[in-house]
Amino acid sequence: MRIIVCVKQVPDTTEVRIDPKTNTLVREGVESILNPYDQFALEEALRLKAERDDVRITVLSMGPPQARKVLLKSLALGADDAVLLSDRDFAGSDTWATSVALSGAVREMGGADIIFCGLQAIDGDTAQVGPEMAQLLDIPQLTYAERVSLTHDLKVRAEQQMEDGSRVLESDTPVLVTCVPTPSFVPKVPPMPGILKAMSKPYEVWDSKRTGADPSDLGLQGSPTQVRRTYSPPPRGEVVMIPGDTREASRSLARLLIDRNIVGGAD
Amino acid sequence: MGIEIIREKCVGCTACVKGCPFNAISMKDGKAVIGPECTLCGACVKHCRSDAIEFERPRGKEVDRSSYKGVWVYCETRSGRLMHSALELVSKARELADELGEDVGAMVFGSAAPKSFGILGDHGADVVHFSSESRFDEYLTGNLAPLVSGLVLKHRPSIVLFPATHTGRDLAPRVAASLAVGLTADCTGLTVQDGLLIQSRPAFGGNIMADIISPDVRPQMATVRPNVFKAKGGVGKKPDTFEVNLNEGMKDAAVRIIEIVRTSKEGAKGIEEADVIVGGGGGMRSSENFKVLEELAETLGGAVGASRVAVDAGWRPRSDQIGQTGKTISPRLYIACGISGKIQHQVGMRGSEVVVAINKDPNAPIFKVADYGIVGDLFQVVPALNEAFRELLGGG
Repeated sequence: MRIIVCVKQVPDTTEVRIDPKTNTLVREGVESILNPYDQFALEEALRLKAERDDVRITVLSMGPPQARKVLLKSLALGADDAVLLSDRDFAGSDTWATSVALSGAVREMGGADIIFCGLQAIDGDTAQVGPEMAQLLDIPQLTYAERVSLTHDLKVRAEQQMEDGSRVLESDTPVLVTCVPTPSFVPKVPPMPGILKAMSKPYEVWDSKRTGADPSDLGLQGSPTQVRRTYSPPPRGEVVMIPGDTREASRSLARLLIDRNIVGGAD
Repeated sequence: MGIEIIREKCVGCTACVKGCPFNAISMKDGKAVIGPECTLCGACVKHCRSDAIEFERPRGKEVDRSSYKGVWVYCETRSGRLMHSALELVSKARELADELGEDVGAMVFGSAAPKSFGILGDHGADVVHFSSESRFDEYLTGNLAPLVSGLVLKHRPSIVLFPATHTGRDLAPRVAASLAVGLTADCTGLTVQDGLLIQSRPAFGGNIMADIISPDVRPQMATVRPNVFKAKGGVGKKPDTFEVNLNEGMKDAAVRIIEIVRTSKEGAKGIEEADVIVGGGGGMRSSENFKVLEELAETLGGAVGASRVAVDAGWRPRSDQIGQTGKTISPRLYIACGISGKIQHQVGMRGSEVVVAINKDPNAPIFKVADYGIVGDLFQVVPALNEAFRELLGGG
């Protein structure tokens, strides 16, 4: 059984700050990490691998050569081999162009029984690349998935999170699964033997030609969407602290909210 | 761009006839023939086992942009009920369409469809494309993606909006990729400038905003955060309705629903829809302690939400989670209790009209994004606040 896990190197958004003078992201000193959603997806795949002895896991990423770091981490966690799509032709890709490149690479690898992705990456939060890949590969998708398992006849089951609950879905293979971490998920730290082994596992860097994609579909020129401008979100006004002891403060706040018609009660 | 049956290869097995969502393929002299109902959705291709269908996907990049007219909305239904996001999006679509001098089209599927024509018209829909079949009451990607793609291909709207709900975020990229067009996720602002849709969205965990355009492709597609735009009724349109002619046998064969678990109470307003939300975080310390928040929420006719910390600790179900990995809320009033207010939480609550923070720590980041703050022990402040509201509102 072949599993491909798509991973992305992202800046740790909890560390990202805006330069108030230039209104741009301050990226210096911000650590690059394996997108947490992707690590969860990888750990789901590794759990399936642990249950069977015929599973091969390839991790696939697109990014600059430095993205090697997150692929090495994935190998250290237990993936078998890694492919990095790295080429100037990919620069400036939106989700469509990214999906074209990644699905092209999957096709070149001969496809997979299950493709895992994180639901979304914490830098863009779009959740689009997974379903777009599934469409381009013409395979079904299970999104917002957790607790992925294989049935005895090799169907893929997953629990899909919905706004008002969840559903257990079952899909034929091949299928693309996008994972959302369970509340209790704590990303594993690669064990020392894994880190040592990772260095000798197969690692390939592919240029744009190897994806088999039409060059006009890649990178900035292949991207239908364009960023026109970026700016800081409008700030809120200063907070008004309500003085007084608990009783006084509560009463004045309640009075204030009623007077401002924020709460009316009648409804 | 186009589709053709290669007669020499066609073995007359009728698999494509059964696989076409639009009943567009028939048999003639033992061979498949594609009729005028074809929307170029491409669903038939994978059903053909003899490689007899030559198909080139239409590409949004290579179109005559001026032939695309109309602002369309995918209206989500759930278990036979039209979601509020549909009315928000149709209202926004009305504004955009008026600016562009175009019509508003709504797509609605499931048993809720026939009941919703009136309200969709009242929010500004000129045209409704629908199917009332109950198989759409429980969402499956494979049932809807070819249908929506097909309708969009056939009617050529210039803009298509989807709600940025789980369902909308599952469906929209599938449709966008099948049309080879762009898609902007989770928009919180939509305007028209020089005939182009300006799509504003937060990125980097809400640290920055970006304006996105799709200048060269049609349609321009976006998913839109629920609770960001206001639903505005009273437009009083009487929409023309068109039932989609569907193939009875066509359904998502690859994915099956094994079990459905609903965690929110029937009829109760979820945090996506509530006007007042009382949220609890790490300061709550246990699930039992949420009772004080529930009491306040009841007084104000609101709902209870939670930060990731509270959900991770197992005190509240995940459906209550507010923030980057949870839900986006935009109530009139959000009362954050014992929530420190990390950036990930802020992302989910930014749309709230008025924010009240109650926290022991005067330096908690939540106070930086609040309108009113009380520094104190929530277990004293919240009951006191509840008491004050009950008295002042005369409900107690």
